Amino acid sequence: MIKPVILWTDALVYLLIAAVIAFAWYARGREHLRAPWARVLESRIAIVSLVILSAYLAVALLDSLHFRPALEQRGEQAQETYYSVEVLSALDVIARPLKERAEKTYSAPFATRLYAREAMEGPDGVTVWDYPRLRHGGAHLADPDAGRAGDIARRALGAAAAGGALWLLLAALVVAGIARARAEGFTSTLARVAAGRTRIPWRAGLFAAGLLIVLAAAAVRLAGVYHILGTDQVGQDVFYQAVKSIRTALVIGTLTTLVMLPFAVLLGIMAGYLRGWIDDLIQYLYTTLNSIPGVLLIASAILMLQVYIDTHPELFQTDAERADMRLLFLCLILGVTSWTGLCRLLRGEALKLREVEYVQAAVAFGVTRLRIMTRHLLPNVMHIVLITVVLDFSGLVLAEAVLSYVGVGVDPSTESWGNMINGARLEMAREPMVWWSLAAAFAFMFTLVLAANLFSDAVRDAFDPRLRGG
Amino acid sequence: MNEPLLRVEGLRTRFETRGGVLHPVDDVDFDIRRGETFTLLGESGCGKSMTALSIMRLIPAPAGRIVAGRVLLGGEDLLSLPEAAMRRVRGKRVAMIFQEPMTSLNPVLTIGEQIAESVRRHRGLKGAAATRVVLELLDAVGIADPEQRQREYPHQLSGGMKQRVMIAIALAGEPDLLIADEPTTALDVTIQAQVLALLRRLQRERGMAILLITHDLGVVSEMADQVAVMYAGQIVEQSARAPFFAAPGHPYSRKLFESLPEIEKRAQPLAVIPGAVPSLARAFTACRFADRCDFAWQTCREVVPRWIRVSDAQAARCHLLDAEAIQQAPEHAPRPPAHLAQRQRTPAPVAPLLEVDGLKVHFPIRHGLLKRTVGQVYAVDDVSFAIGRGRTFALVGESGCGKTTIGKSILQLIRPTAGSVRFDGEELTTLHGERLRRRRSDFQIIFQDPFSSMNPRMLVGDIVEEGMRALGLEPDPARRRARVEALLDQVGLPRDALRRYPHEFSGGQRQRICIARALAVNPRLLVCDEPTSALDISVQAQILNLLQRLQDEMGLSYLFITHNLSVVAYLADEVAVMYLGRIVEHGTVDEVLGNPRHPYTQALLSAIPVIDPSARREVIRLEGDLPSPARPPSGCHFHIRCPHATPQCRTHYPAVTRLGASHTVRCFLYEADDAAEAGC
Amino acid sequence: MLNYILRRVLYALPILVGVNVITFVLFFVVNTPDDMARMQLGMKHVTPEAVEQWKQERGYDRPVLYNGAAAGMDRFTDTIFFDKSLRLFVFDFGPSDAGRDIGHDIRQRMWASLALAVPIFIIGMLTNITVALLIALFRATYVDVVAVVALVVLMSISGLFYIIAGQYLVGKLLHLVPISGYDDGLNAVKFVILPVLIGVVGGIGSGSRWYRTIFLEEIGKDYVRTARAKGAPEAAVLFRHVLRNALIPILTGAVVVLPLLFLGSLIMESFFGIPGLGSYTIDAINTQDFAVVRSMVFLGSVLYIIGLMLTDISYTLVDPRVRLN
Repeated sequence: MIKPVILWTDALVYLLIAAVIAFAWYARGREHLRAPWARVLESRIAIVSLVILSAYLAVALLDSLHFRPALEQRGEQAQETYYSVEVLSALDVIARPLKERAEKTYSAPFATRLYAREAMEGPDGVTVWDYPRLRHGGAHLADPDAGRAGDIARRALGAAAAGGALWLLLAALVVAGIARARAEGFTSTLARVAAGRTRIPWRAGLFAAGLLIVLAAAAVRLAGVYHILGTDQVGQDVFYQAVKSIRTALVIGTLTTLVMLPFAVLLGIMAGYLRGWIDDLIQYLYTTLNSIPGVLLIASAILMLQVYIDTHPELFQTDAERADMRLLFLCLILGVTSWTGLCRLLRGEALKLREVEYVQAAVAFGVTRLRIMTRHLLPNVMHIVLITVVLDFSGLVLAEAVLSYVGVGVDPSTESWGNMINGARLEMAREPMVWWSLAAAFAFMFTLVLAANLFSDAVRDAFDPRLRGG
Repeated sequence: MNEPLLRVEGLRTRFETRGGVLHPVDDVDFDIRRGETFTLLGESGCGKSMTALSIMRLIPAPAGRIVAGRVLLGGEDLLSLPEAAMRRVRGKRVAMIFQEPMTSLNPVLTIGEQIAESVRRHRGLKGAAATRVVLELLDAVGIADPEQRQREYPHQLSGGMKQRVMIAIALAGEPDLLIADEPTTALDVTIQAQVLALLRRLQRERGMAILLITHDLGVVSEMADQVAVMYAGQIVEQSARAPFFAAPGHPYSRKLFESLPEIEKRAQPLAVIPGAVPSLARAFTACRFADRCDFAWQTCREVVPRWIRVSDAQAARCHLLDAEAIQQAPEHAPRPPAHLAQRQRTPAPVAPLLEVDGLKVHFPIRHGLLKRTVGQVYAVDDVSFAIGRGRTFALVGESGCGKTTIGKSILQLIRPTAGSVRFDGEELTTLHGERLRRRRSDFQIIFQDPFSSMNPRMLVGDIVEEGMRALGLEPDPARRRARVEALLDQVGLPRDALRRYPHEFSGGQRQRICIARALAVNPRLLVCDEPTSALDISVQAQILNLLQRLQDEMGLSYLFITHNLSVVAYLADEVAVMYLGRIVEHGTVDEVLGNPRHPYTQALLSAIPVIDPSARREVIRLEGDLPSPARPPSGCHFHIRCPHATPQCRTHYPAVTRLGASHTVRCFLYEADDAAEAGC
Repeated sequence: MLNYILRRVLYALPILVGVNVITFVLFFVVNTPDDMARMQLGMKHVTPEAVEQWKQERGYDRPVLYNGAAAGMDRFTDTIFFDKSLRLFVFDFGPSDAGRDIGHDIRQRMWASLALAVPIFIIGMLTNITVALLIALFRATYVDVVAVVALVVLMSISGLFYIIAGQYLVGKLLHLVPISGYDDGLNAVKFVILPVLIGVVGGIGSGSRWYRTIFLEEIGKDYVRTARAKGAPEAAVLFRHVLRNALIPILTGAVVVLPLLFLGSLIMESFFGIPGLGSYTIDAINTQDFAVVRSMVFLGSVLYIIGLMLTDISYTLVDPRVRLN
């Protein structure tokens, strides 16, 4: 028995997904909405980035299905089911072995022995000072030093082959889909895709997907018996942490803009179109908020929130809810510091648009102000909104790391790359260096941010009318 | 014959866009001799600017590239020069000025520096010597007080002055050839006259050749020694001026003349060129004009016409002139021109539909912390007129004279500061909210720019029915749709247009959509704010014909706002000439255009380049620019530019003088007559 | 000019009042001083007396807005709002929660911050402009494409990575400069070199990319075509014409942050042990010293507003089209 838990951020993530799907449905039949996206998809870089982003997104979604498992019933007399205070996600279920097989402390990637020496009782009863075998990592090996490399290679190749087969299936499905949509033969479509002669660069996308699938398969296979990215100070698997952090990063990157968007869009358009005292008020509002240095405002707000949470523990049933509340609040406060830029941009655009002739024509027809703002202004500033949202995403992901490092980021119990870096930096001075936590966090973050940046470049090229040639 | 200064041979330029590869210059040949003015005439998008940029090798790379041909300047092929050598040609032997003087100067450098840059580079002068040359150049292009002006920045100068500075920069290298790309298109007609006169004088003094690019037949007639007509990337006719104006050889050239609005054509619809300029992205295997030509037959659609010499001075690319090709023509008779039914002009009105009385629109100039009003822009200052039912009233003036503001304040898009606007007897200036909204279906507006007057994110069908929905005229969606379709028929657009987006249409088609949108609410008055000035001549004729027809069918009244006097002559019943927020002369078209009395009207009329050389009048050159409406001159606003100004003009604004039944003028020259008449 | 500055100061007042109200609400309304005291003293085993004493030592024992117990003006002045918030307007920051004089600390620490922030700012900007100009010179070629991708890669790397990797490489492997610490006077140089280097390198990605866009936008303008038509060589076009115009948005965009350099860099200073205002703030956040955080928020706003003012003034200096008023 499980009890589903919908955290605040989960709910907002679902809402966001629903909104995206609804928009896609709406845009299907509208050429002016579809055309720029079609242009985005014509770019090879955009497609590859999109594949990578989708992989991250899939992990984050799995990690957003939360529930509380039922506790085992003891005795016959229990009438009600009690649920664990631990909130798990679908991802936790899949990755349960990773989560549970903790070591004692640090161990390097693919290590079979602990990072630190300790006193052990040897087979002959003599106490020796040596690196002990790990409890889980490579525990199946009889002779870890000799058999490890071969074992890793064998398992990785096997998994890669399975991944390759999976990919072939996917590729066949995609090609069949294209062939069907164009009413064309399978082989001729396959030939065109393979030669890269399709309008949407399917070949590049499939290539990226293949690489990703093979890598993921090998990683999953190896993670079953090794700590592929090592373990941290308390013996937790670093790979597991890095993967769990994906959700945090995506939540911050997307929800932040989602919560600020209505304010920025509404106030920006109102200020620019209605002018007068409304304009003065809105300008005052954003100048004031903007004048407080962002980090300091976030720090103050998070500090105060922490005091509040700590003095009101009764409000939260589980630790996860408490951590989630802090995550949500971080999104909110990041939103407060970042909406001002967009608001100012939109105000300027609305000021320009209100003098444009199609708006004047609408006034001449007696169209109401509300309708002018929603029907004429809003659709014509949406490209700015979109460009800002995608550009902001990567900045927010990077900001999370910095804020967590400062100590005003997500809750220390939430997995995030910032927390990983924060926890690992103190170990920089050790000899030999404990580098794997840092490396894992930076690598996962870099891949996401790079993909997001490249994708946002493609989006900007496709949507910005100034960049459109001819 | 002496060697030509510039010989262009087989020039081809390609341009890559998202829409595909274009050939805006496609096998162009011509010669320019020393000291002559060679004009390249054509409508927008025909490749004339690209030809000029190709000669200068200033095609924006990497999208554009010259793919074939030679450009021989004094026998040397410019296209084969290395870039460094080409830089010594640009500005030194060939100089160029552009259409937009507003953006063509560097905003952060003084004009002195910008001219000096060229002087230093091409004459090797430095310091005081360079400054001296700069001052000479400014003086040569007619800029007063060069010592002071050379230290100013471009934004401190008017458009005409900026174009003079551009010319000074071009002259700095003492070029043999000056390329002028639509140098006066962005300028008002009185300023255009100044700049054209300047170019003529400089050419005479310095003996340089000019390649003048223009779309205006009038400018060609005033300036050209040689004319080349460009169409869809090719030169279709080339001729000396006189034979060209006497008998244009190519059907396209002829059509250009016929579609010009003129007072003589008032009673009939204008000739139009059907369709639109073909896309330059397609490959041409026949005559480029065949689809739009009245005379085209099978051969025209299959064979590329040859370049045929008609006489020593004239040649064209047309099968009609080809003795061989014409043999294969079927029993060829030119199609009869479109019906030339005589229009019935609405007789003078009984009761006016719109009465404007003492209208003032002042914009406050705000300043400082509390936004105190420190001054006023007198955009419209005490204007009165009336428009009769089914009549066309034209408001004429140069940019900034307040004519557009009048249009918007009649529609209450801008609230007037004072005065009254009565529509059908009801005062509009005091109407508010719902009552004004309900009145709005009676008067509508058509804007100048067909590209910005429709929301790019709405379907044409939604655009056209927006007014009906907002005003609740046709609550039933199906009947509303049917009405939109009927309107599209009425303005000559296909019905399937309603499910398409504005950007899929050409400029002329968009203007038709705008007209349909305005008609949708059954207005009785249409304010047409320069509806044709963004369009090519041939498309302008289509729109003017449409407006005429609609007026005949529906009895609409038009307030026609324009700077183009030939459109007024063709279309309007009454005309009012505005200068700096006031009407200076008012009367019927015949009265005002046939017998202009106000010195400003006279100057305006004389400044328009005319096509018929015999009808050319003495140009009354107005000095200086239009003053700012924030600081209008004392007395008569026009006195500082007026050739007849008297001391009285400096202190008092003249009252209205009645010269005839409907002809009035505000000028002291006629006050005495009026008083004398009144005394009789 | 003086008139203008006076007016801007008047404009700034309501904004500072707004900032003041926001911080006041955040620090004293969301949580009561009691909550803060309990937090500071450790959540468990806190006696009410300890809380009272903590509050009294720091002046948090008074009423928030209105002191009914006092007489005359003291009713309004002997309150937390007056003492802790309004005094900020005269830059009287009062003591920190740890009992030190904040104003004194700020005056002492800002030099270290400036020693780090100013070189990063100046060298960074020059580097970015140079890189962007080079890319603009090779626009629409293969170099441009590769360079832009490289910049995107650079800007996708976390700032923390630059610091950690830089510290490791230069300090620990190569032993060129000390890893962290600070000294006064000229001796500061050797401590500052590494963080400056890292700061500059870390900023190249986003900075150069932004400047490149500005340059390309200017290159597309009509006056550049005029300059070419004059026969000006490409270098003259870029430096005389494009650079001068592009510098307007670049300089004025940079001026806003100029005053904020005083506040230093939070991360950089704490990583390299530089005793500036950045590490001061970080320490205050970590020890939950609310008085210091509050003071820094207000100071930051004042500096930002000065930045806005300087931006307007700098426009009039570099752009002939803009005049004050």
